[in-house]
Amino acid sequence: MSAEPTLLEVEDLVVRYPINRGLVGSATRRPQRSVHAVEGVSLSLQRGEMLALVGESGCGKTTTAHAVLRLVDPVSGAIRFDGHNLVPLGPRELRPLRRRIQVVYQDPYESLDPRFRVRTAVEEPLLIHRLGGSRSERAARVREALVRVELSPPELYLDRYPHELSGGQRQRVAIAAALVLEPEVLVADEPVSMLDVSVRAGVLNVLDGLREQGLAILMITHDLSTAARFAQRIAVMYLGRIVEEGPAAAVVEDPQHPYTKALLSVVPRRDPRDRQRPQILKGETPDAVAIPSGCRFHPRCPVAVERCAAEDPELSQPVSTETGHRAACILLASQRVADCDEPHS
Amino acid sequence: MTTAPLLQIEDLHVWFELEDGGELHAVQGVNLSLEPGERLGLVGESGCGKTTTALAIMGLVPSSASVSGRVLLEGVDILAGGEEAIRPHRWADIAIVFQGAMNALNPVQTIGHQIVEVLELHQRAKGGAAKARTGELLEAVGIPAGRAARYPHELSGGMRQRAAIAMALSCNPKVLIADEPTTALDVMVQAQILELLDGLCQDFGLALILVTHDLPVVAQLCNRCAVMYAGEIVERGPLETIYHTPGHPYSRMLFAASPDLAGLDEPVLSIAGAPPRLDRPIDGCPFAPRCDSVFDACAVRPRLEQLAADHDAACHLNSRVPA
Repeated sequence: MSAEPTLLEVEDLVVRYPINRGLVGSATRRPQRSVHAVEGVSLSLQRGEMLALVGESGCGKTTTAHAVLRLVDPVSGAIRFDGHNLVPLGPRELRPLRRRIQVVYQDPYESLDPRFRVRTAVEEPLLIHRLGGSRSERAARVREALVRVELSPPELYLDRYPHELSGGQRQRVAIAAALVLEPEVLVADEPVSMLDVSVRAGVLNVLDGLREQGLAILMITHDLSTAARFAQRIAVMYLGRIVEEGPAAAVVEDPQHPYTKALLSVVPRRDPRDRQRPQILKGETPDAVAIPSGCRFHPRCPVAVERCAAEDPELSQPVSTETGHRAACILLASQRVADCDEPHS
Repeated sequence: MTTAPLLQIEDLHVWFELEDGGELHAVQGVNLSLEPGERLGLVGESGCGKTTTALAIMGLVPSSASVSGRVLLEGVDILAGGEEAIRPHRWADIAIVFQGAMNALNPVQTIGHQIVEVLELHQRAKGGAAKARTGELLEAVGIPAGRAARYPHELSGGMRQRAAIAMALSCNPKVLIADEPTTALDVMVQAQILELLDGLCQDFGLALILVTHDLPVVAQLCNRCAVMYAGEIVERGPLETIYHTPGHPYSRMLFAASPDLAGLDEPVLSIAGAPPRLDRPIDGCPFAPRCDSVFDACAVRPRLEQLAADHDAACHLNSRVPA
């Protein structure tokens, strides 16, 4: 795409959580089972880009983000950040890199210490990372971070406690506490889902502004309309895999995977006249312990054919080589083959 | 008016006496009416009085609160006689599904047991008949009857919400109040629950009050909408009218604050500021400090006025003489 090297690249990431067998289980050597949270996810993120990771609960989007933050240990795969592979690194080697990849969590009511004033909450990361120099230099950086999240003038907020702030203001403080370290990558895990609709846009616009200044953002969300509006690229996850990935507009306007199509059809529209027949999938995301054979989506897929139960489709099939829009569905591939064959027959 | 509506709320006020002698006026003169089979969305930000209104209709406000006004169910005031008068109607005529089904279900009892309990308490069925009815109710909301023996923690969030809906339906109510029924749920599960509510309204002629801050969800399910702000209704009418020709800037700005797949190039705008505190008197229009179209008349608090046959709004802009 651009000449600039990719800032963050995840390659074939696998994360599994072992299930506790219990005393009887381990004594009788019952086979060790595990939750296959992430199974071979690859994605890349450039500076100044927002990538939205979209999917239902339990699809592995948060685990992927936690692996990028190295809060969980991947089983295999590589996470390359600015030339370093983070996977084999130990805590000591990771420490200087952690400053450069920061996170904002879903619930600003939980993520801020209620006993810390805004000033302390935003300054603490500097103290932990032994950055920012003298006290006055740190104070200046705290102020600057607050201005960047549009809590200005900062003097109005510095001495407040979280309970004196609204939900939107709290989330801005949480973003400021991440920004004060001047990270290059920001992981935002459902940054607005706990907030009132009226203030969501404000927080999203702040993130959008930061992205324009060069921050790379990995946003986790289950809201496709937010992803479509604010992200440059969208990756749709299902049961530990990315099933479709591409430029946000292409994924939303020309979805290829049946799962993406279903997800888009259930997004509520503002205009009552746009009310459409949603394509509702039965049941919920299956258990990540017993992954279905073949295509993971086939038991819930409205267009599945027999072959889907046997063949595990890869994400390699480009829908459009120009934009890098890809989808993992064997039906697409055969569709294309059929299209190509037509002129000859 | 020919016949009384199914549910009519007249001049409902709810206020809390505060320890410092002040008063928090959570609901300030709400008027609403609901016809059989109608789906009404009650919309607004957190703290604007939607949930308190819903609880007051059920007679479930905390004992520290004072309530005035009338809640007429088929013409009979159910608030007037206190707890004794409202109890026969609660669940039997008006039922509620709360936000976060985990909190509404008892964690140490199976879902089947909890529904049987409701049926027996309201003398709808006993013993084996109650068990059979429980099975039917669970099937009606899409839970296999065999799951009745499950505990709430053994079910997913969507299933728990379905169980809570089954419990609310146990006594064949005429009105169902759903308070943020899908807020904590995933998009696909949200769509399943909305489809279920839609089906229940159609199949059983249930009237629905959907309390939520999510306007697109209302747009998906409801035909009428009441927008609340600072404890009062600022606009009410058919949803299509409110979306296409809003009579109050708050309604317009609420719609503009939610991103929509149909308008990806449109800016998504937040509403600056926060709703006013309700423990002090409000001068003028309560929305004026956050409104993008304030003018001098806003210093006086606007009343809800009729714009069309079924469309009211409380905003001076509607009566402003074009300069």
